[in-house]
Amino acid sequence: MTDLLNRHSFVELGARQRAKALLDTGSYRELIDPFQRVMSPWLSRQGVVPQADDGVVIAKGTLDGLPLVIAAIEGNFQGGSLGEVGGAKIAGALELAAEDNRNGVPTRAVLLLETGGVRLQEANLGLAAIADIHAAIVDLRQYQPVIGVVAGSVGCFGGMSIAAGLCSYLLVTREARLGLNGPQVIEQEAGLEEYDSRDRPFIWSLTGGEQRFNSGLADRYVADDVAQIRQQISQLLQQGLPAAQRSRQADYYLARLAALDAAPQIEPATVRDLYQGERP
Amino acid sequence: METLSFEFPAGQPPKGRALVGCVGSGDLEVLLEPGTAGTLSIQVQTSVNGAEQRWQHLFQRLFQEQTPPALNIQIHDFGATPGVVRLRLEQGFEELGHD
Repeated sequence: MTDLLNRHSFVELGARQRAKALLDTGSYRELIDPFQRVMSPWLSRQGVVPQADDGVVIAKGTLDGLPLVIAAIEGNFQGGSLGEVGGAKIAGALELAAEDNRNGVPTRAVLLLETGGVRLQEANLGLAAIADIHAAIVDLRQYQPVIGVVAGSVGCFGGMSIAAGLCSYLLVTREARLGLNGPQVIEQEAGLEEYDSRDRPFIWSLTGGEQRFNSGLADRYVADDVAQIRQQISQLLQQGLPAAQRSRQADYYLARLAALDAAPQIEPATVRDLYQGERP
Repeated sequence: METLSFEFPAGQPPKGRALVGCVGSGDLEVLLEPGTAGTLSIQVQTSVNGAEQRWQHLFQRLFQEQTPPALNIQIHDFGATPGVVRLRLEQGFEELGHD
C-alpha cells in the first residue's frame, strides 16, 4: 500500500510533463514550442481541430549530466498519430542529434512512443515523415544509443512500431503494447474467432509489455513509476551502444519463424519459447 | 468544426504566457499570451458546431466576477463540457501568476 502511495505514475503524465520529468531540473528547453504555432495545415481543412504542437514535444536538456534530446508523442491527441509536422519534428530532432555527434557533441535521444502510427488524414506525408524518422534513428544509433520508451496507455503501433524496433534499447511497462497492427485492424482482417480486440487480457497476453520483454523484443521491463523509468533510462544511456542491434539480427528471427508450425492457434508461451531459444 | 471570436474588457497584460490542457476527447487546449492593455480577445476552434451562445455565456460569467488580464487566448476544443472549459481557463490564469 505505501508502495502504491509513494509511486508517481509516468503513464498518467502528458507528453510535455513526461519530458520534463526525465530531464535534469532546470535543463528543459523546448524546440518549436506550441507558441510558435507550427501546426498541421491538413487537419482544419478536414474539419478536425489541430493542436498547437501537433502532438509532438521536442525537448533538449541533460539527464544525469548527459546531453539528451527527447521526442515525446501526446497519445491523447488524435491517438498519438503522426502527420507531416509532428513527424518532421521528430525526424529533425534526431538528424540534429546525429549532426551534434559529428561535431563532437555526444547528444543521445529518447523517444516516448504513444502512437497508433501514421495519421490517416495526412496519409503519404505522414508515411514519408515516419520513413525519415527510421532513417534518422539508424544514422544516430551508430554514435549514441537511441532509447525507445513505450509506457502506455496508447501503446506503439504501425510504422512507429518499426521505429521502436530500430531503437538501440527498448523499455516497456506492463501497460505498454507493441505491435505492427493494432488489435482492431487484426480483428477486421483475421476475424473475431481468431482475434477478439475487446478481450483485453488476450490482447495484452500477446502484445503487452511483459510478453514483449519475455520474448526478448524489449530490453527493460519497468514498473509505472517516474523515478524507476528515469533511473533505467539513465543506466541505458551510460551503458553506451549495444553489442548488436536487434534489427541487425533479422536472419536469426527469420530462421526461428521458419521453424514455426502456424497451423494451431499460437499461444503467448509459443512465442516466448520461439524467440528465446538460444539467444544470439 | 467552427471558429469563433470573442472580446472582453480587460486590465493590464501579464508578463508571462501559459499553455494548459490537450486536444483530447472531452478536453481542450488553452494558449494564453499577453495582449494589448484593456482588451481580452479569445479565439475558439471547436469540434462542436452551434455552441457560440454557450461559449459567450461561459466567458461572461467568468469575467464579470473579476476583470481579467489583457490576453490573447487561443482555444482548441475537442468537445469539452462548460465545467472543463472553466477549470482549464482558471488553471491557465493561475499558471500565468507563477511566472
